[in-house]
Amino acid sequence: MNTRSSALVALALTAVLALTSCSSEATTANETGANATINIGSVYEPQNLDNTGGGGQGVTEALNGNVYEGLFRLTDTGKIENLLATDYQVSDDGLTYTFTLREGVKFHSGAPLTSADVKYSIEKVTAEDSQSARKSNFSVVSAVDASDPTSLVVTLSSKSISFIYNLSYIWIMNAAATDRKTTEDGTGPYSLDTWKRGSTLSLNRVADYWGTKAANGRVVFHYFTDATALNNALLTNQVDVVTSEQSPDSLAQFDNTEAYTINDGQSTTKLLLAFNDRVAPFDNVLVRKAVTSAIDNKKLLSSIWGDYGTLTGSMVPPTDPWYEDLTAVTPYDPALAARELTEAGYANGFAFTLDTPNYDPHPVVAEFIKGELAKVNIDVTINVITADEWYTKVYQGHDFSATLQEHVNDRDVVFYGNPDFYWGYDNPAVTTLIEEAEQSDTAAEQTAKLKAANEQIVSDAASDWLYLYPQIVVASTTITGYPLNGLNSQFYAYDIVKSN
Amino acid sequence: MTVYILRRLVFLVLSLFLASAILFVLLRLLPGDPANALLSVGATTEQVEAARASIGSDQPAIEQFVTWLGQMATLNLGTSFISGLPVGPEIATRLAVTVPLTLISFAVAVVVAVPVGFLAAYRANRWYGAALSAVSQLGIAVPIFWVGVLLISGFALNLRLLPAGGFPQGDWANPAAALRSLTLPVITIAFVMASSLVRYVRSATLDVLGSDYLRTARSLGASFTSAMWHHGVRNASVPVVAILGIELATTFLGAVVVESVFALPGLGSMLLVAIAQHDYPNIQGILLISTFVVLIIGFLADLISRLIDPRLRAVGSTKRAVRAPRAVVSR
Repeated sequence: MNTRSSALVALALTAVLALTSCSSEATTANETGANATINIGSVYEPQNLDNTGGGGQGVTEALNGNVYEGLFRLTDTGKIENLLATDYQVSDDGLTYTFTLREGVKFHSGAPLTSADVKYSIEKVTAEDSQSARKSNFSVVSAVDASDPTSLVVTLSSKSISFIYNLSYIWIMNAAATDRKTTEDGTGPYSLDTWKRGSTLSLNRVADYWGTKAANGRVVFHYFTDATALNNALLTNQVDVVTSEQSPDSLAQFDNTEAYTINDGQSTTKLLLAFNDRVAPFDNVLVRKAVTSAIDNKKLLSSIWGDYGTLTGSMVPPTDPWYEDLTAVTPYDPALAARELTEAGYANGFAFTLDTPNYDPHPVVAEFIKGELAKVNIDVTINVITADEWYTKVYQGHDFSATLQEHVNDRDVVFYGNPDFYWGYDNPAVTTLIEEAEQSDTAAEQTAKLKAANEQIVSDAASDWLYLYPQIVVASTTITGYPLNGLNSQFYAYDIVKSN
Repeated sequence: MTVYILRRLVFLVLSLFLASAILFVLLRLLPGDPANALLSVGATTEQVEAARASIGSDQPAIEQFVTWLGQMATLNLGTSFISGLPVGPEIATRLAVTVPLTLISFAVAVVVAVPVGFLAAYRANRWYGAALSAVSQLGIAVPIFWVGVLLISGFALNLRLLPAGGFPQGDWANPAAALRSLTLPVITIAFVMASSLVRYVRSATLDVLGSDYLRTARSLGASFTSAMWHHGVRNASVPVVAILGIELATTFLGAVVVESVFALPGLGSMLLVAIAQHDYPNIQGILLISTFVVLIIGFLADLISRLIDPRLRAVGSTKRAVRAPRAVVSR
C-alpha cells in the first residue's frame, strides 16, 4: 500500500471513529432521577394534536393526562377520580350536575382556568364538526352554564350514569387558544416542547404545575412505523419503554434477561367474528351458536399470542365493572355445533363469505376460522378488504354476511343496544336493559342491568368474541412507575422514574 | 444549447401537468372514501357526512381537480385530509432527511464504484478483479432491506457503535448526530447502488480499454494514464452518466424502504402512511415533488451528457442525422 492510499484509509478511519464516538441526542439523555429524560417508543403517532379534530389514538397516548387534563381522571386501573373538578352535586332528578372547579389551576400559557374554558371544551366535542369518537355519548347534554367562573352547571335531557365517566375523556383546553392542531394550552404536568412529525414528540415538565410535579424532567415519544425498528430502539437504549408490543414474536429477545421487564397488562381490545344478524343464515340463533362452538378460541389465541391474551366469552373486558367470565355459555364443542346445525336445517352445512380486513391479525385468523368451520361442513370464502372498504361496505352499508374486526373501546357492550349498528343485533329486551342501565341512579344498578344485558347478548350468540388482546408493555428495568394497562390508549408518563 | 434548454423546460412543465392529472385520476379510482380514515367505530352517519364535507371528498372529482390545480398554480400543495395541516411545509421537513440521505449515498456510491469498477476492468484477469466483480454481483442480488437489517444487527445491536434508527429531534441543528443517524442508511443504499454502478463502470472501461483510439494514442507515445485521461475517461463516462441519473432517481424514490427499516422521518415514510390513510393531498404532493425531482435529474443528466459528448449536441441541432432510414420493404 503506497503512502497516498494509507493516508486515505487513515482519513476514512478517523471519520468513522469521529462519527461513532460523538454522542447522539438520545444517548446524552442518561441523566437519572428527577431531571431524567424518559424515552418512550410507540407505533401510534398523532395525526395532529387535537383529539376532537382527528388526532387519533396517538394524541391520546401522548397528551392525555400528561399535557391535557379532564374534570375527572380515568386511572390506569379503570377508576374515576377528581382532577380539575374537586366536587360535584347532582340534582334529585339526576338531570343537573354542578361541578366545583379546582382553584389555582393555570394553563401553560399562564391564563387561569375558568368555567368558560370547561364549557368551551365540552361544546367542542359536541360541535357539528367534531370528529370525536365520544360525540354520541354527549348527545344528552342540553345546556352548559358558565356564569360563575369557579363552577359549571350542566343540564342533561335524560339521566346518564356514565356522564362523569365520559367527562374523563374531555380535555379542558384554554378557550382562547388558537392553533390546537400543532400547539397546546392545557393544564397538565407537562407542556409540549416540540413535535417533529414522523419522528418524535417531546414534553417538558411544568415547573408551576398545580398538583404533584412530574417525577421526571422530560418525556420524548419516539414514533415508528416498523415494529422491528421499534424493538431495536429498545434493545439499543434509544427508548426506555415500548407502550404496546404488536406481536408476541418479538418478545423472546426481551425474555430471560435482567435488562428488560415484560408486563402483561389489561387491554380493552376485543377481536370479533361479527355476524350480520339481519340476514340468513346468521339471523338464526342456532347457526350463530353452532359457528361459535365450532371454533376453538383457546387454540386460536395461543397460536396468535402464545401465553398472552384472555378469553372472555363476551364483549366485556375484565376492566369493565360488569365483567363476568361467560366462556362456558357457548363452549368449544364441534359435536354440539354439528347437532345445532342439523337442528337449524343445515345438516349439510352452508357457505358464507367472511369480510376480512387486510391488516394483522385478521387474515391469519380468517384462515384459522376457515379450517375450523370446514370440520362442520361450513365453507368459508375469505374476502380480504382494506380498512377503508370495511367502513364503506360493512360499517355503513351493512353489506356482509360475517366479518372480522377489532373493537378497541372500553364499555362498548352498549353498541348491542343499537339495532342499527353494523352487526344488526336486535333484541328489544337488551335495548331496554341498556337504556335503563344508562338511566340508573346507582352504579350498582347500572352494573346489574348491564350484566343482565350482556348475559342475554351472549346467550343469543350475537357475535363470536374470539379473544381479548393482551396489552404488553416492555420496559428497561432502569425505569419504574409506567402504566401497565392500555385503557383508552392513554399512557401517563408523570410517575416514571429512571434509575441506574 | 439555449434553445435546447428552453425546449426541455417547456417539456418539463408539460410533463408535470400530465403527471399530476394522471396521479389525480389514479387516486380517485381507488375504492373507498378517505373520510373513513378520520373516523372510528362508533361514528354516526352525520359524523361521516361532516367528515366528507370537511375534506371535500363529497365534491365531484372534476371540481376537486380544478381546486387542486388552482392551489398548485400558487405553489400551494393543499391541506392533509387526515391531520388538517398544510402539505408543503411537511414535505419540506421530510426532504431535509431524504435529500441528504440520497445525495450522500449517491456520492459515496460514485466515489467507491468508479475506482472499483475501473480496477475490476483493468485487472479483470487478476484474482482481485474477479473478486470485486463477484462482490458487486452479490450487491445487486441482495434485497436492500436485508442489507439494512444486517447492518443494524451488526453495528447497532451487537457492536453498539451506531444508532439502530431514528433521526435527531433538532434535525440538522446537531450535524454530527444527524450524520450518525444517516451512517448506516447511507452505507446500505451506497452498497447496493455502488454494486450496480461497478458493473456499468467496469463494462464501460472494458470497452474503452479494447478501443482503437486508446491503442492509437498509446502508439503515438502517450502514457497509459495520459491516454486514459484524455480519451478514455470522457468516452467511458457517457454511458455511466446516463446510468448515474437513473440510479440517483431510483434511490430517491426507493428511499422508502430504507427509511422504514431505519425509522427515518423522510419522504418515503410519509408516503407509506399517506397511502394507508388515503390521504390524497399528501400522496399527490409527495408524488408531484418526486416526479419533479426525477424530471430535473433526467434533465441534468442529459445536459451533462451533452457537455461531455459533442456528438449528442450535433444530434440535437440537426434532426436529419437521427431520422430513421426508410423502410426497406414498403407496401
